[in-house]
Amino acid sequence: MEEKKRAGFWMTLTGIVLVILPILFFLFSLALGSYNAGPVDVCQIIWCKLTGQTPPQDALTVNVIWQVRLPRVCAAALVGAGLSVAGAVFQGVFRNPLASPYTLGVSNGAGFGAALAIVLSLGAAGIQAFAVAFGLLAVALTFLIASRSRRNTVTLVLAGMLIGALFSSLVSLLKFTADPLEKLPQIVYWLMGSLSGSTFEALAKILPFYVVCMAAVFLLRWRTNVLSLGDQEAKSFGLNVRRDRAIVIGTSSMLTALVVSISGIIGWVGIVVPHLARMLVGPDFRKLIPTSVSIGICYLLVVDDLCRTLTASEIPLGVITGIIGVPLFLYFIYKKKVSW
Amino acid sequence: MNLTVDDITFGYDSSRNVIEHLSFTYNSPEVLCILGSNGMGKSTLLQCIIGAFPISKGTITIDGKGVNDYKARDFARKVAYIPQSHTPSFAYKVIDIVTMGRTSRIGYLANPSDDDVAFAHEQLDYLGVGHLSEKPYTDISGGERQLVMIASALTQEPELMILDEPTAHLDFGNADRFVELVEKLRERNMGVLMTTHFPDHALMLGSKTAVLSGGRIVAEGLARDVITDESMRELYGIEVHVKHIGSRIVCIPGPLDENALVRNPPFANE
Repeated sequence: MEEKKRAGFWMTLTGIVLVILPILFFLFSLALGSYNAGPVDVCQIIWCKLTGQTPPQDALTVNVIWQVRLPRVCAAALVGAGLSVAGAVFQGVFRNPLASPYTLGVSNGAGFGAALAIVLSLGAAGIQAFAVAFGLLAVALTFLIASRSRRNTVTLVLAGMLIGALFSSLVSLLKFTADPLEKLPQIVYWLMGSLSGSTFEALAKILPFYVVCMAAVFLLRWRTNVLSLGDQEAKSFGLNVRRDRAIVIGTSSMLTALVVSISGIIGWVGIVVPHLARMLVGPDFRKLIPTSVSIGICYLLVVDDLCRTLTASEIPLGVITGIIGVPLFLYFIYKKKVSW
Repeated sequence: MNLTVDDITFGYDSSRNVIEHLSFTYNSPEVLCILGSNGMGKSTLLQCIIGAFPISKGTITIDGKGVNDYKARDFARKVAYIPQSHTPSFAYKVIDIVTMGRTSRIGYLANPSDDDVAFAHEQLDYLGVGHLSEKPYTDISGGERQLVMIASALTQEPELMILDEPTAHLDFGNADRFVELVEKLRERNMGVLMTTHFPDHALMLGSKTAVLSGGRIVAEGLARDVITDESMRELYGIEVHVKHIGSRIVCIPGPLDENALVRNPPFANE
């Protein structure tokens, strides 16, 4: 009983930290940058803007915080939370530590969509729309291929690999034919992931769908638990495995496609963060989903801060997440934390 | 609850049928053991009953309704299935796994309530493994894990529990304890349909027994009527002696005369 009480205390403490930490990181990231503004200024500007008053700071400071940094920091938070939650769900449903939000080919599909839009000079909104559309098309094709054969998760992963490979080749084809001075760098830059061009308009376009997907994943948390036991066990417990798996994977893929459309392809976040979260609170999705949201936000905020402050020019996000992610994952393996 | 398997045929590919024209009926709550040698389709039969494999001919009905016509959720309220081996995935706590048995009893988007968790605790206590509830179920022994899976099945409140070779991975002692457990389930009016490699278990339970051979049920009845020297010899292809020892009936494989010594030389060192 005493032990249970102590465990409960640690759980509550962890919970409080997981709520406060992202808020602190958020404010810190807003204050950080070549143009100096203290955390107090940041809080004041946000407060005044939200309550409709005019902030006492000079117009330039307000502009930098509100128009430049805020959309970018919000985007980082949305992307971090989205990729982490989707990754946690994919690892659970596929029972595979290396499953990521990109397992079913979303990223390659979205990459192709974005590249196509760039080649066709469709502008920012066009790139975003094409990325979402082709990301979802890739997942739909994956499901279509898998449904023709015996319906287990292994087939689904294999089908995802195939579709991913197909779209990856198509991206190469586009790169090969793209104008090397103007279009090619744009495509390459998009594929490495960046938040530098984030705007409120771009965020507003995905936000409603994002909220719906997040809510759906959260509402399905118990069902996701049962799915993660394996097909046979889940069926015995009364799940319509095929339908429920499609719903859970579908919403997570949608979530992934949405965030990829504003950030480009950012690897490893969806693999590393769920592992960290599982180390902290265990595999139960009732706790794992909120924890992944919290850690995901913090992680991507830190990475994006590094990207924009480490050197004079921007470093692509995907580069930093890869450089941090791989050693972190190796650490998990050696510490036997990647085990189930 | 009534389970009727009527003249079913199933094969993994069209050239060879594992099960052919197989029929039997089962009424819960009773215990039915299915005996059969390796590769005779015992597990396959169970998979057909729970609707995992599509049969090519015949019908399987539960209370008059085809097993494939049930919604997964309604089926889970009638039948719990426990596979031969369960590979644990994540380090869920034992109580979480057992509570998952409640899934068919709660709303689609609902989480289990405190009552559901309490009910799961009760089932663990009933099976004498309440002390495991907070442990990760990846860290417990195979025997304990099986009890946990049975507790999950009880939490489901089914009318019939289908177990695929439940003693296959248990040691000598746990296998015997399992027989007691089935006895306990019977007292609780839980129907049990299980496959087993050990005729002794059917004899100990004094249960109904069906012998599966060549893709069909070749004998059906009470264990002591069905399990005889001849039927076992035919089934397993070795000499078998069914003997009364004290109040028990036991099944001894191999010859009983001095030829047996050849297989187990008592003076191998001389």
